[in-house]
Amino acid sequence: MAILVDNESRIIVQGITGSEGSFHAEQCLAYGTNIVGGVTPGKGGQSVLDGVPVFNTCYDARRSVQANVSLIFVPAPFAAEAIMEAADAGIELVVCITEGIPVRDMVMVKAYLKNKQTRLIGPNCPGLLTPEQAKVGIMPGFIANPGRIGVVSKSGTLTYEAVYQIGRVGLGQSTCVGIGGDPIIGTTMVDVLKLFEADPLTDAVVLIGEIGGSMEIEASEYVRQHGTKPVIGFIAGETAPPGRRMGHAGAIVSGADESAAAKKAVMRSSGIIVVDSPALIGEAVAKQLQTA
Amino acid sequence: MNIHEYQAKELLKQYKITIQDGVVLSDAVAAAETITAVQQQFNTQAVVIKAQIHAGGRGKGGGVKFCPNTDSAKQAIDTILGMNLVTHQTGPEGQLVRKVLVAQALDIESEYYVAITLDRSTGCPVVMVSPEGGVDIETVAAETPEKITRVVVDPVVGLRAFQARHLAGALGLSGDVYKQAVAFFVKLYFCYEETDASLIEVNPLVVTTEGQLVALDAKFNFDDNALYRQKTIAEQRDTHEENPSEVEASKHNLNYVKLDGNVGCMVNGAGLAMATMDIIKFEGGEPANFLDVGGGANVETVKQGFSIILSDPNVKAILVNIFGGIVRCDRVAKGIVQAVSEMNLTVPVVVRLEGTNADVAKTVLDESGVSIISATTLEDAAQKVVQAAS
Repeated sequence: MAILVDNESRIIVQGITGSEGSFHAEQCLAYGTNIVGGVTPGKGGQSVLDGVPVFNTCYDARRSVQANVSLIFVPAPFAAEAIMEAADAGIELVVCITEGIPVRDMVMVKAYLKNKQTRLIGPNCPGLLTPEQAKVGIMPGFIANPGRIGVVSKSGTLTYEAVYQIGRVGLGQSTCVGIGGDPIIGTTMVDVLKLFEADPLTDAVVLIGEIGGSMEIEASEYVRQHGTKPVIGFIAGETAPPGRRMGHAGAIVSGADESAAAKKAVMRSSGIIVVDSPALIGEAVAKQLQTA
Repeated sequence: MNIHEYQAKELLKQYKITIQDGVVLSDAVAAAETITAVQQQFNTQAVVIKAQIHAGGRGKGGGVKFCPNTDSAKQAIDTILGMNLVTHQTGPEGQLVRKVLVAQALDIESEYYVAITLDRSTGCPVVMVSPEGGVDIETVAAETPEKITRVVVDPVVGLRAFQARHLAGALGLSGDVYKQAVAFFVKLYFCYEETDASLIEVNPLVVTTEGQLVALDAKFNFDDNALYRQKTIAEQRDTHEENPSEVEASKHNLNYVKLDGNVGCMVNGAGLAMATMDIIKFEGGEPANFLDVGGGANVETVKQGFSIILSDPNVKAILVNIFGGIVRCDRVAKGIVQAVSEMNLTVPVVVRLEGTNADVAKTVLDESGVSIISATTLEDAAQKVVQAAS
């Protein structure tokens, strides 16, 4: 497989009967994703989207259809609860798309997951896409092609832009991972870099970060010490003034090391190829693979 | 969301934290009686007049005055109430002072810094203290980082007494005031947790000559995502303190931040919006704003977006950059055409639509007859809009 999800993943959608959940579950199914069920408390026993069974709980879904991946569209006030339920039911991978979850709730989720085997992607992220195998989230399927470039990003539409540029230079992706831009997220850039590093089907990685936090600095340190594959990076927010929040709750420069310039400098010194213009991501990847 | 000092102190009071108390005043007509009331209530002649604006650096900007008697207090209120206070955080345009806090004056023996916020690297709350109170914490962090003590809190068990003792010890306190500090840290942590605060800063926390631990100032930031369950806090929002265009944008679920350049931009998604600002700069222009129209870019949002961008007189050209994933570009294109023709835009508009049905969208734009400059790639779009603005 590529990383995290493929055509054998057994995916359930928590919140499948809501408008967001139902719309995107349908899109995922249309892409060919193996969605084996949905969860909405109180609606167990129903069937939606031409035969997808709905369960009351993740426990039921785990037992009945052997779900190992959950995709969450539950509204923000209840999303933390949904993540914890999936984890407690033994779901191995939880992808939470929901935007606007209070930080205090995520603090508790993070603490709760410490003693669980579950990996969380997100929240407030576009999810995962392994081209022609599984779309677990809201990334538009048509922009991606199967290939050998791994993509990890904090952003949504900027990820689409990067994926699209990779396609324009005739390359494709192993897996695209949107980790989200909130202050607290489950899976970090380093976590994803480790997975790509170990994946025999990935040759190079595109890393898209933004201002705020220190995740890109940690990723640089990992690349410096352990990276064997080329990493091409871009940091959004060079022009953002310090102290102002730029959309994502995490995109705010609150310390010197959190500016785009500081992050780019550290990334470059760690051997990451950094482009200053977001229009040059695809070209940089192509150039790197030619010289490698 | 932020609140004023007087509101922050009310909140601390609810958690039984001793504050420098006072009475808030918004009309100079009531100045005399307010001063008298404060003098009587706190048994003091001297009072402190403190401008109530969200920005920091009020003291240096002339917004805080110690007044030894009634006359000087009246004078200070006359000066500060209604003044345009400029601090390093307000920017050169300053902020109008609509309220002042008439506070009791205290005899201060020592000052400390205390804050609670989220430590992003561990995903846990962190309490930070420093014996260097009353000064800018960034300066302390840069020059004498060893003077800052950090205690990371396990959210499952909360701030424990042993941690509070460690913090009180780090401030060099002893005796009764040490005990007061231990209790203070525990109460402050409860307050942080229960109010969904993202930052509480008490700077300075002081010890008076009478040996009392008092919060002399207080600043709160709250998690906007949690305001739905913090109704009494949400009601304290003061939109006077926010940029009017940003307030207007938030009413329409648009995320707008005003900047200083002349190239307006309208983008879907925060990351792409930042990247669009970056490439405008990269191509030699200056972005006038950040604007994320979110997932549903329709005629209404596009129109609202244009009117907010154009409320900034500096804007000389606009770039619309939409990457249609789930959103169909042809629909966005129709929205743009309708908005542009209805609104009689006088500045050039460069449009780049990519993703679902982008080719159909281009035809819609080209055949519309409205004057729109269409662009293909991100680079092409940035070059065209920078040229149009110059």
